[in-house]
Amino acid sequence: MKAKKILSVVVVTVFVIGTLYLLQRLVMPKYMDDVVEGNFIAEYYNEEKDHDVIFLGDCEVYENFSPLVLWEEYGINSYIRGSAQQLVSQSYYILEDTLRYETPDVVVFSVLAVPYNEAPRESYNRMTLDGMRWSLSKVNAIRDSMTEEESFLDYVFPLLRYHSRITELTADDFTYLFHRDLVSHNGYYMRVDSLPAENVPEGRPLGDYTIDAAQMEYLDKIRTLCEEKGIQLVLVKAPSLYPYWYDEWDAQITEYAEEHDLLYVNLLAQADEAGLDFQTDTYDGGLHLNLSGAEKLSRYFGAILQDHCGLESRRGEEALEAAWQEKTVWYEEDKARQEAEIAAGE
Amino acid sequence: MSITSYSFLLFAGVLFILYYLIPRRFQWILLLIASYVFYCFSGVRYLGYILATTVFSYIVSMKIWDLKRRQDARLKLKKDEFSREEKKAYKASVKKKQKAWLVAALLFNFGILGIIKYGNFIVSNVGSLFGASGDDLFFHLALPLGISFYTFQTMGYLIDLYRGEYEPERNFFKFALFVSYFPQLIQGPISRFGSLSKDLYTGHAFDGRQVASGLQRMLYGYFKKMVIADRIITGLTTISGDPATYSGTFVLVGMIFYAIDLYMDFSGGIDIVIGLSQALGITLPENFKRPYFSKSLKDYWHRWHISLCNWFKDYLFYPISTSPAMLARAKKMKAAGHEGLSRRFTVYTATMVVWLSTGIWHGASWNFVVWGLLNGFFLLLSQELEPAYRRFYERFPRLEKNALWNAFRIVRTFLFVSLLCMFDYYDSVSTVIRSFIGMFSSFRLSVFWDGSLLAIGLTAADYWILLVSLILVFVVSWFQEKGRSVRSLIAARALPVRVIAWYGLFLIVILFGAYGIGYDATQFIYNQF
Amino acid sequence: MDTLLEILNDLHPDVDFETCDTLIDDEILDSFDIVSLIAEINNEFDVNISAKDIIPENFNSAQALWALIERLEDEE
Repeated sequence: MKAKKILSVVVVTVFVIGTLYLLQRLVMPKYMDDVVEGNFIAEYYNEEKDHDVIFLGDCEVYENFSPLVLWEEYGINSYIRGSAQQLVSQSYYILEDTLRYETPDVVVFSVLAVPYNEAPRESYNRMTLDGMRWSLSKVNAIRDSMTEEESFLDYVFPLLRYHSRITELTADDFTYLFHRDLVSHNGYYMRVDSLPAENVPEGRPLGDYTIDAAQMEYLDKIRTLCEEKGIQLVLVKAPSLYPYWYDEWDAQITEYAEEHDLLYVNLLAQADEAGLDFQTDTYDGGLHLNLSGAEKLSRYFGAILQDHCGLESRRGEEALEAAWQEKTVWYEEDKARQEAEIAAGE
Repeated sequence: MSITSYSFLLFAGVLFILYYLIPRRFQWILLLIASYVFYCFSGVRYLGYILATTVFSYIVSMKIWDLKRRQDARLKLKKDEFSREEKKAYKASVKKKQKAWLVAALLFNFGILGIIKYGNFIVSNVGSLFGASGDDLFFHLALPLGISFYTFQTMGYLIDLYRGEYEPERNFFKFALFVSYFPQLIQGPISRFGSLSKDLYTGHAFDGRQVASGLQRMLYGYFKKMVIADRIITGLTTISGDPATYSGTFVLVGMIFYAIDLYMDFSGGIDIVIGLSQALGITLPENFKRPYFSKSLKDYWHRWHISLCNWFKDYLFYPISTSPAMLARAKKMKAAGHEGLSRRFTVYTATMVVWLSTGIWHGASWNFVVWGLLNGFFLLLSQELEPAYRRFYERFPRLEKNALWNAFRIVRTFLFVSLLCMFDYYDSVSTVIRSFIGMFSSFRLSVFWDGSLLAIGLTAADYWILLVSLILVFVVSWFQEKGRSVRSLIAARALPVRVIAWYGLFLIVILFGAYGIGYDATQFIYNQF
Repeated sequence: MDTLLEILNDLHPDVDFETCDTLIDDEILDSFDIVSLIAEINNEFDVNISAKDIIPENFNSAQALWALIERLEDEE
């Protein structure tokens, strides 16, 4: 009798937890069709974690650097841990999270978010944070970037957040219940289309150009953490024409880099040296680079990385070569698919 | 702290666990602490109001009781000395003193309520009489949580005490718990001391069945509130917010939606409060008895917000209608040959006073004044028509048991009640009248199929969820109406059935409840940052 | 007692007041009835039934009501 009771309790518990888990997976957005950025953070965990370089930041990293080029040209094995509007605090916690798995030689941090200081938005928070695996870093990341309307419980049980999607499920929600297709190329978001940059607006004068102290604090935390782990930190400003990068901001970042003996590369200022042509190398009028632009920039930036950080080429390592072989195939496939789509569109 | 918030659930959960962990004799103390913690969540600055009412009412209760005790002692002592007349005179003099204290408490407690809840309304109306306008006359005091409920409950207690119905609670802290017991602060019910005190102060051992039943009732309450009320409200605010655009048929739609929303929200909240109390071993009075199954307005008011109606009946309607002055006047009228007038005088006066008060209780606005008076008027009208009804049923005796006829009466009463509720729904009396006329003058049936209903903030999925949920509530109510409890029916079934029933309801609330930020895919569309 | 039954029968000719003892519990008498009843009793017997006496125990049957009237007459 007692055994039967215990058994029924176990069965009921398993049934309840199982169905809740399934429903939760079902209603969570799959980010496969569009807004694939929602998958970037989670994709990292499936990788072989043996990277030389980790990129951190928002779209200014994941749309402008191609790890494949870095591999092919310089033998640098890199990965981009970036997501849409990734806040500086989130970059810090994602670095913490990354260090649980590996310690790269170099961390490249895109500095746009430091002065830009955008207010957190719930949807971007979810796209960045939902993909993180649970750890103290994730807990702190959530607590630091939650907006007022959000609650921590919604992150613990995303079912509570996405429950209303139950009435708008699509075939994708069932197809991708347990897996996702790869959407990025080591964190790089490939776009082959192009839209020339025209009439890029000048930045409006600001009342105060001083970078927020709290933002600088997180930058400092990133630097300290890198120092502790013996990682070289490189700061970059991507060559996006917009959001506008003020000279005053640049000066403050330059000063910070000098003070801490860090390499700071303003690629916006070096766009010409990199050979970027904003008539052909951007897909949205100068905000982000397209494939051609990203490849040019990666070639240019790879050389800087190699020189400054003393990274040795790992070409020839068997396991890596094999892995990149596979990645190249998917890279070419993605490119061909997009080109075909554009051709069909014309 | 909203009753549907995570923090409320956390609060209730922690309380629940502690409640059954500590020795039973301390349970009431925990409840008192929890009630005050709960009160502080709504704003520490409101604490003064409930404390003032508690302290002053406690003093008055002790005074009334003390007078009574001294009277009894003296009567005992002078049993043989007092003549019948002397005894009567002495008793009357004590009663007078008791009355003075009661009146002081009435003035004090209703005074606070009056100033806070109605001060603004009175000042602005008096001001406009003198042609003043603008905000300089207005003073804004935020309403402390549950003030209407705890003031009425406490006053009921003092009146009962004055009537000698029971002995007062001598322990100040126990009395404070009676005033502040937190589930009731949210939206009632208004309890009476006689029935609530036993449960509040005696400890309760963990009773699995009671707890399960209480939690099930809470879940059902959340279902009514979150799946139905909080969903339908989107459409409602669209319609009531723009009466010029949403006229004609939309008025009818809004009227019915509002009636549904009001019942589901209010009775769902009461289910949560009663269920939570049941899980703590405390029985609260029922506040609703399937009001939308009422066959007449009078029937409806025996089934809707019962604890408030009983309060008004016991402490206002009867005292007015049976007061010696009223009876004497009625007698005089009869003597003067006005038989009919005499018969109606007491009932009519008391009814209109009660309904004016009920209206004002609901809110400080002309809408509620009109709403209350209309209720009183129609109740009296149907009272007048009673003989006609009786003749009608004598003529058609089979009609009274005819299902179709009764269904007609139920629908008619529902529509009528919903119509009166428009005064609550629209922001001014004139809008109500305009909308009401428009409902007939520009009625278009096509609204129901031309997609207009999908443009008021509710999707097709919302309508389906509402429809299925309403059917569920209807079936449950139907069982209750037949005197059967769905909870007991389920409890008698095998484990898998129970699990599927309650877990199913839980999933429905989780999945189909209208809570949280809501998923709007467009927010997630990447817009270039 | 007969006078009382007469008053009650005037109010609800269809109820057997001599046997019924659930006048309140079964909602046969509503608040309007009770108030009319109290007015009539006041007329006929010259006793004041006050609000505090309006409890189901006093109004559930004609006997109970009669007992209440006698008690009040006694107190006068």
